[in-house]
Amino acid sequence: MKIVVCVSHVPDSAAKINIGADEKNIDKNGVSFILNPYDEFALEEALKIKDSIGADVVLVSVGGDEVKETIRKGLAMGADSGILLKTNAYRDSISTAKLIAEEIKLQGANLVFLGKQSIDGDNGVVGQLVAEILGFNSVSVAVSFNLNGDKIVAEREIEGGREVVETSLPAVITAQKGLNDPRYASLKGIMAAKKKVIDEKEVTVSEIGVELIKLKKPAQKQAGKILGKDSSAVPELVRLLKEEAKVI
Amino acid sequence: MDFNLTDQQNDIRKTVRDFAENEVKPLAKQLDESEQFSPELTKKMGELGLFGMYLPEEYGGLGTDTISYIIAVEELARVDGSHAATLAAHNSLGIGPLYYFGTKAQKEKYLPQLTTGDKLWAFGLTEPNAGSDSRGTKTNAVLENGNWIINGSKIFITNGSTDFSLGATVQAITGMNGDRKEYSTIIVENGTPGFKTVTMHKKMMWRASITSELYFDDCKVPEENLLGAVGQGSKIMLSTLDNGRLSIAAMGLGLAQGAYEMALEHAKTRQQFGKPIIKFQTIAFKLADMALKIELGRNLLYKACWLKDSKKQFAKEAAMAKLYCSEIAKEVADEAVQIHGGYGLMKEYDIERFYRDQRLLQIGEGTSEIQRLVISRHIGA
Ligand SMILES: Cc1cc2nc3c(=O)[nH]c(=O)nc-3n(C[C@H](O)[C@H](O)[C@H](O)COP(=O)(O)OP(=O)(O)OC[C@H]3O[C@@H](n4cnc5c(N)ncnc54)[C@H](O)[C@@H]3O)c2cc1C
Ligand SMILES: Cc1cc2nc3c(=O)[nH]c(=O)nc-3n(C[C@H](O)[C@H](O)[C@H](O)COP(=O)(O)OP(=O)(O)OC[C@H]3O[C@@H](n4cnc5c(N)ncnc54)[C@H](O)[C@@H]3O)c2cc1C
Repeated sequence: MKIVVCVSHVPDSAAKINIGADEKNIDKNGVSFILNPYDEFALEEALKIKDSIGADVVLVSVGGDEVKETIRKGLAMGADSGILLKTNAYRDSISTAKLIAEEIKLQGANLVFLGKQSIDGDNGVVGQLVAEILGFNSVSVAVSFNLNGDKIVAEREIEGGREVVETSLPAVITAQKGLNDPRYASLKGIMAAKKKVIDEKEVTVSEIGVELIKLKKPAQKQAGKILGKDSSAVPELVRLLKEEAKVI
Repeated sequence: MDFNLTDQQNDIRKTVRDFAENEVKPLAKQLDESEQFSPELTKKMGELGLFGMYLPEEYGGLGTDTISYIIAVEELARVDGSHAATLAAHNSLGIGPLYYFGTKAQKEKYLPQLTTGDKLWAFGLTEPNAGSDSRGTKTNAVLENGNWIINGSKIFITNGSTDFSLGATVQAITGMNGDRKEYSTIIVENGTPGFKTVTMHKKMMWRASITSELYFDDCKVPEENLLGAVGQGSKIMLSTLDNGRLSIAAMGLGLAQGAYEMALEHAKTRQQFGKPIIKFQTIAFKLADMALKIELGRNLLYKACWLKDSKKQFAKEAAMAKLYCSEIAKEVADEAVQIHGGYGLMKEYDIERFYRDQRLLQIGEGTSEIQRLVISRHIGA
C-alpha cells in the first residue's frame, strides 16, 4: 500500500515575523523553519499504518530548495522517500492542490494524509481541494482514524464535540491536533534518511485564482487605561465594558 | 576550506536541541536542586540514539562522525551540564576504550548493551592520591590461576554507581618492568564480588550526574577481562583522554552558548535608566566579547574533530580546545551572571546553575595546568 503525506515547510511558530522589503514575503532572515505541526500528525498516522500493516510512505512537498530540510525531517521520522515539486513561484491553494493531486495520480496512492492547515498561509483547504480534484473521499480535521481493509472510521472535531464518520479508500484525510502523538526523529532516523532519496521535479504553477497583494502586520495593541485605584472607578469601568468593549 | 556543516550534522543539531529543550530543560533545575540522577532521562537519551552514536551499526551505533557526536554534547550542555556529563563520560570514557582497544568478543559482549540507554560504562583512572599524576596509581591487579585479583580504590568516577552501571574500565599496576611500574586496564563488571561502588554526594556542580568511589577488595575477574595488552594501560588511558578532551570542550562550548543566550535575552528585556541595559555600551561589549570567544572556541573544537575524522594527529588541538572552551565557559558564565545583576545569584535563574556547572570543566579530565603542560610538550617547550 502506498500512502502519500503532504508536508509543508513553515516558519517556526515561536519565530518573530517581519515583513520583507517586497511586502509579499516575510523576511526570512534569522527565522527558523519547521515541518508544519499539523503535518506531523498526518505523517505520524501514516507511519502508524506502516508499522502495523506495512506501507510505502511517500512525502510530497511543493516549494524551493529550502523545503528539502523539512522533507529530510519527515524521512528521519520514518517516511520512505520524498518528492519535491520544485518551484519558487507564488501559489494559491488551488494551484498547490493541482500540483499535489497530479503527483498523487502518478504515485498511484489511494490514501493521502495532510495537516488540516499549514500554519503559514492558514487557508486550510488544500486537503479538500486535492480530494475534489482526484475524486477521493475526504475527511477533514480528523482526531481519530481507523483503517480496516478499505473501510475507514474516523472522528472529526466539531464545535463542542466529535462526529464519527465512515468512508472508504481512496481517501484524503486532514489531521488535527490530538490525532496522535508524533514521534521524535531519532538520530538513527537521521542517519537512515541519508540513504533515502528525495526526487526533485521541476513544476510550473498554472493560473492563479487568488493573488497576494501585500502582507500587513496586525494593528498595534493599544496601551491599557487606568481608570482609578478604588471603587469609585467601577461605574466608569462598567460603562466602558458595556459601551466601548461591548463585552458585557 | 569549507566551514559548512553537512545536512546531516545540522539535522542532528536540530534534533538534539529539540530533545534538550523539550525533555531535559524542564527538569534540569529540579534535578540539580535535589541532587538527583534521572533514570528516565538517561533512558530517553539512549532511545534518541545519543549513546555510542559514533560506533558502527553492528554494535548498535549510528556510524556518525566525531563532529556529529560533539554537536550532540554541545547541544545538551547548552541546557544542562549534568546531562551532558552523563552522555560525554559514557560515550568518550566508557564506550571509547572498549571500542578502540577491546577484542571482538569484548565488544560484542558489552557494546550492544551500552547503546540502548539501558546500561552505562565508567572509566576508573583517578585515585585519592593519583589525580593529575596517574603514575601515582596504587590499585594493583595480580594474575592468579587465570584470574586477576584486584585491590585498591578509585575516586570521582562518573557513572560508576548508577542503577544503570554495567561496569568500569579500571587502570591498575600489573607488575614492574625493571623499576618502572607496568600499568594495564581491566574490565570489571558491577556486581562482581569484591567490587563495591559508592555514590559521592554534595557536589557543587553536575548535581544530577553520578560521581562515584570504586572499591576493590580481592576482587576477582577472569584473565580475559584484560583490555588491550599487559603494560598497555597508560597508552589506553592517554588515548581515551585525548578523545575525552573533545567532549569536555564541547561541554564548555555548549555551556558558554547557553549562558550567552540567557545574558542576551536578559539584556534585551531588563530596563534600567529608562532603556534596555543592552543599550549601554559596557553591556553590549560584554556580549560582543562572549560571542567572539564562543566563535573562536567552536572553530578550534570543530577543527580538532575534523583532524580526528581525517585520521590526522589531533592530540595538541584537543588539549587546546579543552583548555580554551573550558576557560571561556568560566568567563562567559561569569559575565552572564554580571549582566543578570542580583537575579543571576538566585537559583530561580538557570544562569546560577551554569555558573556552578562550568567550574568542573577546568579541572576534570586534566586540569587547565595539565592541558598547558600537554600543549607545551607538543610544541617542544
Ligand atoms: C565531577 C567529577 C567527575 C570526574 N570523573 C572522572 C572519571 O569519570 N574518571 C576519572 O578517572 N576521573 C574523573 N574525575 C577526576 C578528575 O579527572 C581529576 O579530579 C583531575 O584529573 C584532577 O585531579 P585531582 O582532583 O586529584 O587534582 P590534583 O591532581 O591534586 O591537582 C590539584 C592542583 O594541582 C595542579 N597540578 C597538579 N600537577 C601539576 C603540575 N605538574 N604542574 C602544575 N600544576 C599541577 C592541578 O592543575 C590542580 O590545580 C572526575 C572529577 C570530578 C570532580
Ligand atoms: C544577596 C543580595 C543582597 C542585597 N541586599 C540589598 C539590600 O540590603 N538593600 C537593597 O536596597 N538592595 C539590596 N540588594 C540589591 C542590589 O543592590 C542590586 O542587586 C544591585 O544594585 C544591582 O541591581 P539589579 O540586581 O537590579 O541589577 P540591574 O540594575 O538590572 O543590573 C544588571 C546589569 O546591568 C548593568 N547596568 C545597569 N545600568 C547600567 C548603566 N547605566 N551602564 C552600564 N551598565 C549598567 C549592571 O551593572 C549589571 O551588570 C541585594 C542583592 C543581593 C543579591
